[in-house]
Amino acid sequence: MARLHEYQAKALLAKHGMIVPRGGSATTPRAAGEIAAKLGCPVVVKIQAWTTGRKAIGGVVFADNPAEVVEQAKRLLSMTVGNFPVTEVLVEELVAIREELFVSLALDDAARAPVILLSLAGGSGIEQRAGDVHRLACDPKTGPDDALLKKLIAASRVETELQDAVASAVRGVFEVAKTYEARSLEINPLVTTEDGRVVAADCRMTIDDYAVFRHPELGIEIARELDHPPAALERIAYDIEQADHRGTFYFAQLNTKTDDGSKGLVGFHGAGGGGSMMSMDAIMSEGFTIANFTDTSGNPSAAKVYRAARSILSQPDLVGYFGSGSGVASQEQFWSAYGLAKAFWELELTIPAVIRLGGNSEDRAVEVLSDACAELPGKVEGYKKDDTPRTISQRFAELVSASTVAPWVPRGPRTPAFVGSGSSFPINGGKVWIDTDGCDVEATRLAVEHSSGLLKEEAGIPVLAVAEEDVAGKDSEFIACEVELRRAGKPVVHVELDVPGLAEVLGCAAVAGGGN
Amino acid sequence: MAVLIDETKRVIVQGITGREGQARTNLMLGYGTNVVAGCTPTKGGQEVQGVPVFNTVKEADAYCRENHGGPADVSVVFVPARLVKAAAIEAIEAGVKLVVIVPDRVPVWDAIQIADAAKAHGANFVGPNTLGIISPGKAVLGMIGGRAESAKAWFKPGNVGVISRSGGMSSSTAYYLGQVGIGLSTICHVGGDSVLGLRFPDVALLFQDDPDTEAIVIFGEIGGSQEEDLAALMKSGRVTKPVVAYIGGKAAKEGTRFSHAGAIIEGGRGTHAGKVKALTDAGATVVSSFGDLPEAALKAITATSGGGSAS
Repeated sequence: MARLHEYQAKALLAKHGMIVPRGGSATTPRAAGEIAAKLGCPVVVKIQAWTTGRKAIGGVVFADNPAEVVEQAKRLLSMTVGNFPVTEVLVEELVAIREELFVSLALDDAARAPVILLSLAGGSGIEQRAGDVHRLACDPKTGPDDALLKKLIAASRVETELQDAVASAVRGVFEVAKTYEARSLEINPLVTTEDGRVVAADCRMTIDDYAVFRHPELGIEIARELDHPPAALERIAYDIEQADHRGTFYFAQLNTKTDDGSKGLVGFHGAGGGGSMMSMDAIMSEGFTIANFTDTSGNPSAAKVYRAARSILSQPDLVGYFGSGSGVASQEQFWSAYGLAKAFWELELTIPAVIRLGGNSEDRAVEVLSDACAELPGKVEGYKKDDTPRTISQRFAELVSASTVAPWVPRGPRTPAFVGSGSSFPINGGKVWIDTDGCDVEATRLAVEHSSGLLKEEAGIPVLAVAEEDVAGKDSEFIACEVELRRAGKPVVHVELDVPGLAEVLGCAAVAGGGN
Repeated sequence: MAVLIDETKRVIVQGITGREGQARTNLMLGYGTNVVAGCTPTKGGQEVQGVPVFNTVKEADAYCRENHGGPADVSVVFVPARLVKAAAIEAIEAGVKLVVIVPDRVPVWDAIQIADAAKAHGANFVGPNTLGIISPGKAVLGMIGGRAESAKAWFKPGNVGVISRSGGMSSSTAYYLGQVGIGLSTICHVGGDSVLGLRFPDVALLFQDDPDTEAIVIFGEIGGSQEEDLAALMKSGRVTKPVVAYIGGKAAKEGTRFSHAGAIIEGGRGTHAGKVKALTDAGATVVSSFGDLPEAALKAITATSGGGSAS
C-alpha cells in the first residue's frame, strides 16, 4: 500500500534535513527494549498504524526503563487497529515540548496544485480549529511563497529565534512531498522544544499509487489503497495487473461474511470504474453483500478477464457471480466473454451467474458466453446494453433464490486429459496444448479456422502457422480458439494459464501450473 | 452548437503510430473529426490512415497552419503514462489550447505540472484518464464509442449536455438518455483521476454559456469536490440551467479506492451523502437509482422549455 508508517515517513524527513526524534522501529518486544536501552529512557513507544487518535486507544505509551518498554511493546504488538494487526512499534526519545504546531500538504483538486495547511496553535483535533489554520497555495515547482510564510510565522507566537527553523520545516514538508510524490503529508504536531529545536513529532504520508514505480527505494509492495492489509488474493490480483498491462484489473476484497438479512455473498465483477460502482450499488440494493470489488476494463485481454474470474472464484461461500459495468462499453466485449467462459468451464461453475456484456460486439459476446456455458451446472446468463442494472440485479436475485446448490467452494481448474501428453508450445504466462491424437479432419479444420491465422493444418493436425516467438502474446486469441472449439464439440485446444500464488490460496496442489 | 469539440476544430494526435493511437484515429476520422496531423518522435514522414506524422507538435502545428488554414486547436494524447507529462507540456508550449489526455495511471504530480503549464499558457486540458469528448453528429475526441459506427448508433444530437467522472458511464448515460428521446449537445468525460484539467464546474460553465444546451446531466462519484463545487456555482446563480445527477458509490466504504484514483473517501470528505445534499440544496434533481436518470432528465427539460429531444 502506498501509505507509509510514521517511522518510514520520518526517515524521509530526516534524510531531507528535518529534525525528528531519535529512535527506531521494532517488530518484537525484545527489539523494542534494545532500542530503548540504546536511546536512554524515558522513551515513548507508539504503535505504527494508519489511524488518528492512537493515544486514545492506548497505542502511545511512555516508559521509564527498557523492561517496561518490553512489557508495553508486548501489549502494543498484540493490538489490532481497524482491520490491521499492529506489527511494528516506534520507540523514540521523549521530547520536551514547548509549543505544538501543525503542518500538512495536500493536493487541492480545485486548484490543481499542492496546498499547505499551517497551524501555529498545533495539537490534535485540527479539524475543529479550522479557524486557526492558514492555507498556503504552493507553486508546484517552488512551493509556498517565502515572504508570505515568513510574515505568517512572524505574526505568530513562535519565538523569534525559532522562526527560521519553523519556516524551514514547512519548506521541508513541501520538498519531501514533491520528491516522493506524496498525495498527502502531515506533521501533527510539529513541536518547538525546551532545548530550542523544531521537531517533527509525528508524520503521516501517502504516496501516489501511480508514482510508486519511480520510487523503488520506498519498498512499497502493493500500491493500492485498502482499509485492511492486502489479503493473499489481493496480492495475487495485483501481480496479475503488474504482469499484464492490456486493460486494467482492480481487485479489493470487501466481505467474507454476511450480515443478518443479506441474501448472500456475491462474487462481483465490474467493468469500468463508474459502471462498476453503479452496478455494485444496484446489486447491494437487491439485498446482497459483495465479497469483492473487481473491475476489468480499458480493453482487457481475455487472459486478464480469465484470471480475474479465477481470483473472484477463489473466495468461498459465494451464492452467485454478478458481472456488470457501464453497459455501453467502448471496448470489444467478446474478449471478456471468452475469458469468463473459459474460467466458468474449468471450474464447473455450480452457482448462478448473470453477466451484462453491453457495448461493442455485445451480440457476439452474449452468444459466446451463453452457448459455451450451457452445459454447466450453474445457470449462466448474458445481458446487453438495453438490460438495465436494476433488471439484471432482480434477475440475479431470482436465479439465486431458485438455486438449490450449496454456496461456492473454491476449487482448482479441471484440465482435459491431453494436457501433458498432446503437443504444446509456450505463450506468455502459460502453454497451449493441442490434442493431436484426438484431431480428426473436422477438428483440425475448426482449430485452424478459429485460430486467427495462428494455426495451420499439417499432416492432418493443427500446427503453428507462425514462429513460436510470435505467439507469445496471443493468449487471448488461443483462449477464443479453445472456447470456440468446445462450442463446436471438438475440444482439441487447451490454454493452460498460470495464476501465480492461487494454488497456495486454494490449498490445492493439483491446480494447473502451466509452463513448467 | 456544442462545447469543446465540433467538426471544424483542427485536431492532432500525439502517439498516433501506437496501437491505441492508430485505432482511435480510425474512430475519430470515421466519425467526422477533423484530424489533420499526428506526432510521434522519430516517426516523422510516415502516414497513419492518410494523416501525416511529424516528430514534434511544433512541426505538426506549422503544417496545420500552412495546409489547413490555422493552428492545431486540439491535441489528443495517446502515449504511455510515464511520457504523458512531456507530451502534454510539449503541446501546451507549442500553443495548442485544448489537450485531451486519454492514458490511465498518470502520476498525480505530473498532472499538477501539466496544469501549471496550461495555466501559464492559457490552455485547457481534459483528463488524464479520460475516455474523451463527443459532440454527437459533429466530432469525437479520444475513444468514446470505440468504433465510429457504434458512436453514430448510440449517441443522438440534441440539447442536453452530459458530464461524467466515469468513462463507461459517459457512454451509458448518453445512450440511455437517447433511448427516451433525449439528444445531446456534448458528452464530456472529465477523467477518473484526482487532479484533472477541466472539472465539473468548468464544463458546466461551458454548457451554461452554450445557447444550444438546455440542461445538464451529470454522473458523479464519491471522492473529491467536483460535485460540491458545481453545487456552489448553482447556488451563486452562475449555473442556472437544470442539473440532473446520479452519484455512484453509495455503498462504498471509506479508505478503500474503487478503481478510479479520484474515487476515494478520505477523512470524511467526498462522501455520497455530502454530494447528494450539496446538489439537492442547490436545486439539482438527484436520482438514487441510475435507471431513473433518463426520466428525471426528461422531466427537467420539459419543465423548462419542452425542448431537448433528439433531432
